Amino acid sequence: MWRIRAFEERVGELTRADEVHGLVHLSVGQEGVAAGVCGSLRDDDAVYSNHRAHGHAIAKGAPLDGLMAELMGRDGGVCRGLGGSMHLVDAAHGFLGATGVVGGNVPLALGSALAARLAGSDAVAVVFFGDGAVQSGIFVESVNLAALWGLPLVLVCENNGFAEFTPRSAHTNVERVSDVVAPYGLARETVDGNDVLAVRDAFAPFLAAARSGEGPFLLECLTHRLRGHYEGDPAHYREALAAEEWQRLDPILRLQRTLGVDGVDEETAARADVEAAVAAARESPFPDTRLTRSLVYA
Amino acid sequence: MTTTYLEAITSTLAREMRLDDRVFVLGEDVAEGGPWGATAGLVDEFGPERVRNTPISEAAIAGVAIGAAQSGMRPVVEIMFIDFLTLALDQLVNQAAKAHFMSGGQLTVPLVVRTQGGAGQRGAAQHSQSLEAWLTHVPGLKVAMPATAADMAGLLVSAIADPNPVVLVENKTLYFRREDVPDDPEPVLLGRARIVRPGRDVTVVALSRLVHEAVAAAEELAAEGIEVEVIDPRTLVPLDLDTILASVSRTHRLVVAHEAVRSGGFGAELAACVQEAAFEELDAPVVRVGAPFAPIPFSPPLEDDYLPGRDDVAAAVRSVL
Repeated sequence: MWRIRAFEERVGELTRADEVHGLVHLSVGQEGVAAGVCGSLRDDDAVYSNHRAHGHAIAKGAPLDGLMAELMGRDGGVCRGLGGSMHLVDAAHGFLGATGVVGGNVPLALGSALAARLAGSDAVAVVFFGDGAVQSGIFVESVNLAALWGLPLVLVCENNGFAEFTPRSAHTNVERVSDVVAPYGLARETVDGNDVLAVRDAFAPFLAAARSGEGPFLLECLTHRLRGHYEGDPAHYREALAAEEWQRLDPILRLQRTLGVDGVDEETAARADVEAAVAAARESPFPDTRLTRSLVYA
Repeated sequence: MTTTYLEAITSTLAREMRLDDRVFVLGEDVAEGGPWGATAGLVDEFGPERVRNTPISEAAIAGVAIGAAQSGMRPVVEIMFIDFLTLALDQLVNQAAKAHFMSGGQLTVPLVVRTQGGAGQRGAAQHSQSLEAWLTHVPGLKVAMPATAADMAGLLVSAIADPNPVVLVENKTLYFRREDVPDDPEPVLLGRARIVRPGRDVTVVALSRLVHEAVAAAEELAAEGIEVEVIDPRTLVPLDLDTILASVSRTHRLVVAHEAVRSGGFGAELAACVQEAAFEELDAPVVRVGAPFAPIPFSPPLEDDYLPGRDDVAAAVRSVL
């Protein structure tokens, strides 16, 4: 979790310094979900994410230097600078991708789960999405199809209470995402997403069942997005948490309190790794402009 | 042997599924064969895991197929009418077309989407459209429009083998057209046009059903001493512009013909490509044959009036001479 936090805080600084480009959505405050889920997965398990993807990619094993170089638009980026923050992919670690279209990756995760089944593999698929995606048509289509086909898939909702700039209550009368999927007969659980151990423990039985070919499952993680929707968002639509309140909720501090550790060594190591990634990314050249036309088709 | 366009689809799918376990079919009612029977009987040989019926959820169908393709499978999706492809366009445009590019080459999407368009069966405005030009505007997609059973089979083989998303736009009025085909279908390379009929006076580049209308017009015009060369590009993306330019350099006159609405249609792109590359070869302005800028009407006389056909092609040819 410190690696995600350190990476994203640095990305925020580099965005303001115009070294990281484009639209950047940080997951600071939500690290417990990414870590609690991805920590139990294998490289051949497919993970799909959304526009707020850095944490999921890091937790799935994507290299910090390749991610940082990608965000800086460099040739050494995981996607050679063609994707950027909202389109991260690290296929070697089974991170099959972020997407800039809310809800757009949910059916792709079904496809990877189906491919695993047809190939006779026990690999599973996981898709992260926010509570905002749940109101999209593709979400309902996908939940229905995944349930109908019984795919080895875990749907992980990060319910941070805000869809972009709007509270959930202004978009739907259904407060809990787990209630939205209830008629489809999915096994489902709602947990405190800022408690990484609770996320891990709730995910474990779903993962075990999915490994044996069962599914789908829905894990709803109630969490808090500390930053705005995007970097630079003044977030006038909500009041910032008081510092003491955030200290109480912060998934990293909570884990440290639970374990009785101060986390200084982990934080120091994570920040050093991130600085090394920044240095490596700065050394990486921008891609040759000919790259654009060379990768339209495989 | 003789076969129909529709039988060519069924037999080619079966053959490819026998050759490669990764190939599977999904779509609405595909296990029952679909409305025309394009996938009829496949479920008996390959079972419901590889011939997957889906709910009426075009976006999810496309998305599932993209995810499966990214994870190593070779899905062949059926979107029952191209009019319903609108519901899957986000997945095709934002996910399938861009995955290889946006991932820096890490991902490939070897996906085939079969769909069908075309009017003439009183299907009215939401079951008859020709929307192929939209697809050709999206880098990353390949688009084919087979006009014959042999090309249907050959293009389907190539599309399944291709590592990119390929949309095959079939035409419902061609499904029961019977023709001679080789016993073992040859793959038709994507991006290779076919000179359907040679001629010295005017080049007609026609798509899908209009290929046959253009041939009929050419036969009529031949009686008047006008020799029309009919070219079927077969794939719009990639486009075999070289074959078209070589023809225009012989005839110096070009007509482009398709059933889609004329304005913004693929014919406009063809006309632009030819005049950019060979303006000095043209002895007359390029003329486009296409449907008027209106939705497709239901009433039979109105639909018949709306649809471009052989008379429109013949009139266009005469106008450039």
